[in-house]
Amino acid sequence: MTVAAVIFYLFACTAVASGLLVVLARNPVHSVLWLILTFFTSAGLFIMMGAEFVALLLVIVYVGAVAVLFLFVVMMLDVDFAELKQGIAKHMPIALLVGVVLVMELMLIIGSGLWAGQTEVVREGLSPTPEGVENTVALGQIIYTRYIYLFQASGLILFVAMVGAIVLTLRHRVDVKRQNVITQMHRDPAQAVVMKDVKPGQGI
Amino acid sequence: MEFWDSNFGIFLIILAKCLAVTVGVLISLAFLMYADRKVWAAVMMRRGPNVVGVFGLMQSFADFLKYIVKEVVVPAGADKPVFFIAPMIAFVLAVISWAVIPFDNGWVVANLNIGILYIFAISSLEVYGVIMGGWASNSKYPFLGSLRSAAQMISYEVSIGFIIVGVLISTGSLNLTAIVMAQDGDWGLLSWYWLPHLPMVVLFFISALAETNRPPFDLPEAEAELVAGYQVEYSSTPFLLFMIGELMAVVLMCALITILFFGGWLSPIPFLPDGIHWFIIKVLMCFFMFAMVKALVPRYRYDQLMRIGWKVFLPLSLGWVVLVALFAQYGWFGGAYARWAVGG
Repeated sequence: MTVAAVIFYLFACTAVASGLLVVLARNPVHSVLWLILTFFTSAGLFIMMGAEFVALLLVIVYVGAVAVLFLFVVMMLDVDFAELKQGIAKHMPIALLVGVVLVMELMLIIGSGLWAGQTEVVREGLSPTPEGVENTVALGQIIYTRYIYLFQASGLILFVAMVGAIVLTLRHRVDVKRQNVITQMHRDPAQAVVMKDVKPGQGI
Repeated sequence: MEFWDSNFGIFLIILAKCLAVTVGVLISLAFLMYADRKVWAAVMMRRGPNVVGVFGLMQSFADFLKYIVKEVVVPAGADKPVFFIAPMIAFVLAVISWAVIPFDNGWVVANLNIGILYIFAISSLEVYGVIMGGWASNSKYPFLGSLRSAAQMISYEVSIGFIIVGVLISTGSLNLTAIVMAQDGDWGLLSWYWLPHLPMVVLFFISALAETNRPPFDLPEAEAELVAGYQVEYSSTPFLLFMIGELMAVVLMCALITILFFGGWLSPIPFLPDGIHWFIIKVLMCFFMFAMVKALVPRYRYDQLMRIGWKVFLPLSLGWVVLVALFAQYGWFGGAYARWAVGG
């Protein structure tokens, strides 16, 4: 077994084990921490496939931002997760069904190559290695040059979703006193402080 | 020579490189900590540390010994594994980012072609040490501190990211060595990126202060409100690890500013030779700025911090990316924004 294979199995086993622990951990915060480890090991697997740009993107976006917000929310929530997990046996069949469907879909892609005698072709379809360019450059050419309109369209869809979320949740309350930063910044001692010469025993 | 080309030989060489960088950085960190305190003391017209060793130079090592031999206190309700993993994460992440920092031409442990992305990824993970430590302490002040820190670090990462994108557009590469080489011009220090990217240098410096929880943005550990933030329950070696990790992140930001805007190891005067001494001098000057800001600027309020991050820095840096892209595309200003087009 080569060193690469050893490292691959290390990453793969860690990813699967921590993925399992996400579901099995009793403490929700621990679940999120295991989820972070899962992301991290998947990033390691990406690097092993030679997709270093995607790997670091996974770390920056999912581990560095999304999972932090998860952790943030889970830490703040006051939900009894033990109670929530009571129904785990009831939902198990549906969860298993979803899992089986996902595995079958994956097998369709990988298996079609494995058993049809065109393994190499399918593998290259899965992980194309562009000749002579770093994969940052290759991705840039695909996303920003060849499929630029699709990219822009997906950006617009996200933008609409964002505007929608803000419109749905934004409420202007009139009964609160709002800060006006501009007036705050333009306040100087002359406006804010009055010097009084108070005589003893008289008060103001 | 053949031994050094075998797998074991290469492994030994990389190990030696890692050791050299780690030990070098850690030892210089001890003196930087001393310098930080001396600068701060000088501004306040105090003497600062002056007892241990000549001029108090050995103060950091004395502190180090003190931390190591103290007792580790674990709060009764703490989540023990997370409580101890948190400072380790803070320390390890601070150390491993140095792997891609080029100290001189070719003096780098791992010359990654996506070096800047690697540093960005690692620095975005640094929040975990803080947030895990605060939560695992099972105490109110640390928890509040860690929540503040999480929000703060995420907010300022966004603008740091956009500022880096501007530099990347000018360079056309994610490799840190390539970024430095692109600043090598005929006019010495005038051909570095600080001149074309001038407004962003200031923004990056301020964002770096917020990202590393330095004053005036040290709200996660604001002693007047939160005692010491996420570090309240930590003592002994775990606390030491947090402290080293925090300071190392500061020095890393100094090195990053040096590489991105001040030409890394390049000499400021065209006819003088380039070398690692320029890199060290620039990092030290940058660190001096960090220390001075700590001494001079009063602490911000939390809502002010968030406002600056999202309403001022984010639009400014985003607008700058668009501007730089425009300048680079049409080659304005003699190709100052498109070094890949004019060839260095």
